[in-house]
Amino acid sequence: MIPAAFDYVRAGSAEEALAALAEHGDEAKLLAGGHSLLPLMKLRLATPAVLVDIGRLSDLSYINDAGDHLAIGALTRHRDVETSELVRSQAGLLAEATSHVGDPQVRHRGTIGGSVAHGDPASDLPSVLLAMRATLVVQGPGGQREIAVDDFFTGFLETALGDDELLTEIRVPKMPDATWGFQKFNRRAQDWAIVGVSAVVGHASAGVGLVNMDSIPVRATGVEAALAGGASAADAAAAAAEGTNPPSDLNAGPEYREHLARVLTRRALEAAGR
Amino acid sequence: MEVTVTINGDSHSHDVEPRTLLVHYIRDVVGLTGTNIGCDTSSCGACTIHVNGESVKSCTMLAAQADGQDLLTIEGLADGDVLHPMQESFRQCHALQCGYCTPGMVMAAVSLLDENPSPTEREVRIGLEGNLCRCTGYHNIVKAVLHCAEAQS
Repeated sequence: MIPAAFDYVRAGSAEEALAALAEHGDEAKLLAGGHSLLPLMKLRLATPAVLVDIGRLSDLSYINDAGDHLAIGALTRHRDVETSELVRSQAGLLAEATSHVGDPQVRHRGTIGGSVAHGDPASDLPSVLLAMRATLVVQGPGGQREIAVDDFFTGFLETALGDDELLTEIRVPKMPDATWGFQKFNRRAQDWAIVGVSAVVGHASAGVGLVNMDSIPVRATGVEAALAGGASAADAAAAAAEGTNPPSDLNAGPEYREHLARVLTRRALEAAGR
Repeated sequence: MEVTVTINGDSHSHDVEPRTLLVHYIRDVVGLTGTNIGCDTSSCGACTIHVNGESVKSCTMLAAQADGQDLLTIEGLADGDVLHPMQESFRQCHALQCGYCTPGMVMAAVSLLDENPSPTEREVRIGLEGNLCRCTGYHNIVKAVLHCAEAQS
């Protein structure tokens, strides 16, 4: 399988990438690690006329302690996130979930920003960012803006990122004392989750994000509300599928996904000590 | 576009279409056919090579992305007639049946031990989850990786 022809532009800086986006508009796609985009291009499900390669913008690959949050450059590879001591100690859920993305070869190339900007409801990392209430930092022609993760995913493979914008940083609140659980159910190693659950329980609040339970990554708001009201893991997990609209595919129909969401949420909350 | 890469220590420079996949560049342009194409969907790992010392699926990378990078393929692993310890372990443990997955399996296994020199059996199985053996000969492959780790320690 070979992608449709495209023009290739290698950006030497974020500014060059933004200039290329400004010039080519929605004809262009940004290429980071390429492990979401290239498979789609090989299947000809994506046929950008221009590919703007931002893979060499090493100044967007970093993990910094920024006081109350971790600042993670959008081009930080999964491998670097999963092995980061800082992430392990301050955002253990993110490190754990990242170690389940794809396989080692995929994690050597794929980036956190690329995965999130792809906006796939079957991806693991959006559920983590929802659970931990991350903030996404975006650069565009008008400067920089911040987008709360709850406002980021707008449709199937669609996000609040404009055609002329570049995701530059993911800000994840530091939660060194929080407990967490990550559950991913699939039938074969390295498959996408049929359903996945990210749960983080802090002393003040709890966050639960779901994988593959709707056309966009969603939060299990019913579970969060039940936990805030003091419900047990089992009672709270009963609300896991509330308000979701799970997809149907060869792996599972909506009812089975709803069942999985309840079971996996209970397991994730129990792993988090609830 | 012009792409220049180092493969197994040798520099190669070619004019390629931007959409050329790295695995096609390696096999069809450079002529190193030890790297196999299995699924062509980044699932099976038969096309695994090393880019700057780390395992990568070369069917899911553009040759353009590899420009200026240091690549290692299965042909570059042995030292002349002396097999790499991982190749020797695969031979001794009979870690192949049809052999199609073997180049990618060996390259993934070498990268695995680079990152985790003394893995447990479970860590080997999880570490090789990106490589499929359709003969289902996993048992001896895992044995070979553990054997190699022990031999190198």
